[in-house]
Amino acid sequence: MKSKVNLRTGVRAVFERAEDLFDAGFGGANNPLRHLGALGFLLFWIVAISGLYLYIVLDTGITQVYESVRALSSDPRAPGGILRSMHRYGADGFMLVMGLHLVREWAFGRSHGFRWYSWVSGVPLIWLAFASGIGGYWIPWDRLAQFSALATAEWLDWLPLFGGAISRNFASPGVLNDRFFTLLVFIHLGVPLLLLVALWAHVHRISRVDHFPRRRLAIGTGLTLLLLALIAPARLDAAADLSIVPAEVALDWFILFIHPLAYATSSATAWLFVAAVSVLLLVLPLLPHPARQPVARVSPANCNGCSRCFADCPYAAVVMEPHPDKPGHKLARVIPELCAGCGICAGACPSSTPFRSVEELVTGIDMPQQPVDALRRELAARLARLEAAPRAVVFGCTEAFDVRALEDARTCAISLLCTGMLPPSLVEYALRSGADGVLVTGCREGGCAFRLGNGWIGERLRGEREPHLRASVPAQRLRVLWADARDGERLRAGLAEFRRDLDALGDAHRPRSIVRRIVHHG
Amino acid sequence: MVKPLSLVGQVVLYAAFAAFIGYFASHPKYRHLAPDRAMVKLSMSHFGARECRTRSAAELARLPPNMRAPLECKRERSPLRIEVELDGQTVYRDSIRPTGIARDGVAAVYRRFEVGAGTHRLAVRLNDDARVSGFTHMHEGAVELKPAQILVIDFNPDHGGLFFR
Ligand code: HEM
Ligand code: SF4
Ligand code: SF4
Repeated sequence: MKSKVNLRTGVRAVFERAEDLFDAGFGGANNPLRHLGALGFLLFWIVAISGLYLYIVLDTGITQVYESVRALSSDPRAPGGILRSMHRYGADGFMLVMGLHLVREWAFGRSHGFRWYSWVSGVPLIWLAFASGIGGYWIPWDRLAQFSALATAEWLDWLPLFGGAISRNFASPGVLNDRFFTLLVFIHLGVPLLLLVALWAHVHRISRVDHFPRRRLAIGTGLTLLLLALIAPARLDAAADLSIVPAEVALDWFILFIHPLAYATSSATAWLFVAAVSVLLLVLPLLPHPARQPVARVSPANCNGCSRCFADCPYAAVVMEPHPDKPGHKLARVIPELCAGCGICAGACPSSTPFRSVEELVTGIDMPQQPVDALRRELAARLARLEAAPRAVVFGCTEAFDVRALEDARTCAISLLCTGMLPPSLVEYALRSGADGVLVTGCREGGCAFRLGNGWIGERLRGEREPHLRASVPAQRLRVLWADARDGERLRAGLAEFRRDLDALGDAHRPRSIVRRIVHHG
Repeated sequence: MVKPLSLVGQVVLYAAFAAFIGYFASHPKYRHLAPDRAMVKLSMSHFGARECRTRSAAELARLPPNMRAPLECKRERSPLRIEVELDGQTVYRDSIRPTGIARDGVAAVYRRFEVGAGTHRLAVRLNDDARVSGFTHMHEGAVELKPAQILVIDFNPDHGGLFFR
């Protein structure tokens, strides 16, 4: 099992390096590598819309279709020609993005546990995407279409079900007719429609799906495809001729690679390849992997039914139900199978405020492995141990840079399940309990391991999302700096700068203390 | 705001994406058949013969009037035995079983043989009736194949049996 882990971490490292590069160019919110799913949806829509246009303008008789595609490609820079090229390149981009998305999710260890559904429901998308793409290549009925159609037929015919029956249709001119083309177009409309349904199924279980890229990335990607269509319009080969072999074809390797594979090996090998890849992907969630996190627990006595946990849970693992005892009130309930154990709900719950003067702080929804009460105690204990000013508290996330490595005489650090778990009031509590400054960190922008955590806490600290940090908390004493596991140096530098700023601040903007300040002299 | 350097970076990355897609969408070319080669395809589907016997008058009289067919046939059909000989060498010899659970369907075959372009001597023999030893149909001749040309060996009882196309 060890070698698999090493391969996985190796691939992950490659992705991280590439993401650093893309972060520099695009910024986190527009980094295509962190929004591959959204990019996939964008490309799907580009292909769907250009495809509908082609469907309207093309004549689908067996002899007419080639002529009507040729008419389009004779003027590749007219709208029809451009849309045809974008249809093709969009489909290629979709395949590329799908492959990257799959490998990235695997490399980041997201193929198991509560994510098993996302993973398993991704697999049929691959089949449907290739079925759509290969079928699309048959439509212009040029030599490439002829090659692909016959190669597919010979490949399918290996299955005992067909026994040569499909290839025979292409063995001689005159066997194919207009009905065949009507069927083809029907398939090429129907399979992508199934793909759309399957895409919906793939994402419907999670909440606030990232199903369209930010405007800048969407426009950039669209323009890139447009320019590519203008510079290198999609080709059209000579018309199909069933009396000759298309000896050499300009193959689309993104979509049609299975044909050379089947010819270079055998139909059986190509089927084995497809079956092996599918089975491997489908059983991946069953292979040994790290244990699941304990799931969130609701304390009915402390839940006021505000629905904030329901709104913020990235995995739609919280449902609001009628309160059993209080008519007209609601009560949160966790669906354990869906719960990631990220704690974001605890950060969203208004009952998580550490200012409540109870001996044991029990919040509405909490994590057994890291309850808010324990956080409050840990914070107080660690703060008390700090020996020198400025005293900084760092809140980080176990999925990102391990902030405990930053601890020293002036710094204490608390590593949360997800930085989104931090109740904003805990920041205020820290400042009023003797901290001079609070640094909040977690996964880089757009890269939250639990999808939404760093976004939520950012909004809360800026006062844009409930529960928000109170406006009376001095902004000078709070710093937010996102840092992945590999960003230690940048985080240390940021912390050092924050300390200098806190030193310069002196006693200005200090919130009222709730404890006797511990003052060290000398 | 967007820094000029990051804008350059974006343009470079978009260009790389476009170049990658643009290239592999049609390159490298795939050669499916060497330039001086041609193709012979054996492609036919045909019902093999059934074993039948004539019913006697007494038997017919015993049957209900609507079922008095003069022939009584087994459900199962004969397999097709096929041989293809190219330039005196047997390149294919097989027996094709009829389809269907009761082996009463059509028997179909599809095979491809790559050959050099030029003139070849081609002979095909077919037996579609297991009760007959030897072959029931034969066809042979010299064929001239241009590079990349496909010659199809087919069977159609209405066109006199086996033929080349
Ligand atoms: C091109 C087709 C695909 C598209 C358009 C697509 C799209 C998406 C989208 C939009 C998300 C949600 C991302 C978010 O909001 O954080 C997602 C999540 C996911 N996808 Fe796909 N997907 C595709 C194919 C696949 C395939 C083939 C697999 C793997 C077999 C896969 C595995 C996953 C996993 C594991 C997640 C969950 C990520 C998480 O929980 O953090 N997807 N996909
Ligand atoms: S721990 Fe995370 S996934 Fe589970 S209910 Fe809370 S927010 Fe949702
Ligand atoms: S956020 Fe807290 S109080 Fe609000 S519904 Fe959820 S558990 Fe109840």
